[in-house]
Amino acid sequence: MATATGVYHTSYEADLALRTTRAEWIRLALLFVAVIVAPFVLSPFWLTVANQIGIAIIGAVGLNILTGHTGLISLGTGAFLGVGAYTSAILVTRFDVPTLVAIIIAVAMTAAIGTFFGLPSLRLKGLYLAMATLAAQFILLFAFRNWEFVTGGLDAIVVPSPELFGWALQTDFAWYWVIFGTAALVVFGARNLFRTGLGRAFHAIRDQDIAAAVMGIDVGRYKLLSFAISSALVGLAGALTAHYRTIVTWERFTLDVSVLYLAMIIVGGLGSVAGSVYGATFMTVLPAAIQQFARNVRDTLPVLAREMPAIQLVVFGLVIVLFLLFEPRGLDRTWQRVKDFFRLWPFRY
Amino acid sequence: MTRQYRHNLNGSTLDKGAPQLEVDDVRLRFGGVTALADVSLTVHQGDIHAIIGPNGAGKTSLLNCISGLYRPQKGHIKLHEGEAAHVLTRARPSRIARWGVARSFQNIELFKHISVLDNLMLGRHVHMRHSVWQSFLFFGPARRREIAHRELVEEVIDFLEIQAVRNAHVGALPYGIQKRVEVGRALCLQPAVLLLDEPMAGMNTEEKEDMARFILDVNDLAGVTVVLIEHDMEVVMDISDVVSVLDFGRQITTGPPHEVKANPEVITAYLGEEQAS
Ligand SMILES: Nc1ncnc2c1ncn2[C@@H]1O[C@H](COP(=O)(O)OP(=O)(O)OP(=O)(O)O)[C@@H](O)[C@H]1O
Ligand SMILES: [Mg+2]
Repeated sequence: MATATGVYHTSYEADLALRTTRAEWIRLALLFVAVIVAPFVLSPFWLTVANQIGIAIIGAVGLNILTGHTGLISLGTGAFLGVGAYTSAILVTRFDVPTLVAIIIAVAMTAAIGTFFGLPSLRLKGLYLAMATLAAQFILLFAFRNWEFVTGGLDAIVVPSPELFGWALQTDFAWYWVIFGTAALVVFGARNLFRTGLGRAFHAIRDQDIAAAVMGIDVGRYKLLSFAISSALVGLAGALTAHYRTIVTWERFTLDVSVLYLAMIIVGGLGSVAGSVYGATFMTVLPAAIQQFARNVRDTLPVLAREMPAIQLVVFGLVIVLFLLFEPRGLDRTWQRVKDFFRLWPFRY
Repeated sequence: MTRQYRHNLNGSTLDKGAPQLEVDDVRLRFGGVTALADVSLTVHQGDIHAIIGPNGAGKTSLLNCISGLYRPQKGHIKLHEGEAAHVLTRARPSRIARWGVARSFQNIELFKHISVLDNLMLGRHVHMRHSVWQSFLFFGPARRREIAHRELVEEVIDFLEIQAVRNAHVGALPYGIQKRVEVGRALCLQPAVLLLDEPMAGMNTEEKEDMARFILDVNDLAGVTVVLIEHDMEVVMDISDVVSVLDFGRQITTGPPHEVKANPEVITAYLGEEQAS
């Protein structure tokens, strides 16, 4: 990696800042403007996609904290999204809990259940841990489908559109602000986490868990803490989905979803908060773009349009494989390289 | 050298020369292999205590027992701190680190994917308070803590002369520098006892001299007790106050360098083996 030639810090405060150069601030300002302007210019279809991106960002940042930053793989993201969604939906529909309170309880609930299913990580690593979290995925999905008394079983739970400070959240436009406001807070919080000792301890466990223990890190406790924080964010994404979509059904929380989220953080960049954002965006836009493409060629190339679902799967798989082969550190690395290229231009290093 | 340090790198409050680390009758076996056969020795505060012996003698195993990575089948290890004594053989590694035992590894075990600075800051882990909320907020207590602890870390960076690689990713650094960073990480813990497992292995003469100077400085100026495993006899005889010799898990002798050097049993066990190979 090119070091930041010509970037000097004169205080520890400045060294700890997330952005220091003018270019970084300008990029952030541009991004901010784009996010503000987007809902006014996007078509209804793409506005829906944007909201899905926002929710995916929250979930992907959450999963990345566990898998990319702490090195603990989880195949249970789908089910943890479900825990957040079901908890919040049930609290609102059956117990008349205000939506905001329900979401907070759902986040705490998912953190608790995630931590519980993280217990095997005290003993298991790698593929074995993957199997244990896979078990969590199946157990929870089984509960969603069969524990009718609580979850309504195979029937969907219909959630009324919430009101926020007397403002009805019904349109995609209104939701956009809620979702992106939340996503921005989550991203900022996660970035902060990894410039403090807590996030550093996660990295230490990922890189060398024995050395981490010898440096005084209570590895078991921190692994569970990582599960808790990660699941809390995934639960938040789940709860938001429930209220945004106004419907909760088990089909949205299957193993495919777990894999999709893993794909997001791999494509975006493991162990990078920005990477989670890129990956979530990319993996949400891709199917939407394919879908849009299919709609456009419906009349001219009906054969192609008909095979779209299959093509979509192939493209998905291909993208993941290509990333693993050619950019294993994800879009985050690609972006770094682009930035380095311009910063160092006309030199190569 | 007359350098003033703003931070005291020594985590021990014992008087110089007081018994600090007591290894008492420790036996460690792996199946049929006896890595440590009833080893007893005492490390005194302020000493550089070398542990030598041929390959497979059990030196690393002894350090692993002290830092809680291995659990001996028999005997115990105590760390004295003021009036109290912590029993290391019953504690987890993270707890032992909190009591002030820091170490480096024979095969470098740094955190490879983060920067030198972050590696060293991890040495401060036990001295920092960690709160999820404050971390998420960052501005306020979390940032103040980062900056406060950064000051000691920068002092260690200056001390070990690794300013230039501060922001480099550890994995990309040359071997000799990595070894130095690993010692630095242990120093940032402000250890009461510093365990170094072959800190000069694989280095050229110049790098070895630098490392020997660092170890002497840490010991002399800061007063940190050092337990040193080293194969280079010249270095060992030069810098250590006490030498213990292990062979096949058995302790042959413990004493000042010149006595150990003259001990016939040591010559056959250790030096004899070297001549044979
Ligand atoms: N985890 C382990 N499992 C099985 N045997 C072990 C283990 N660790 C050490 N041993 C054995 O214990 C004995 C002592 O090993 P140790 O690593 O302590 O030697 P050492 O003195 O550090 O040697 P070297 O100079 O090569 O580093 C050796 O016979 C080794 O094979
Ligand atoms: Mg060894």
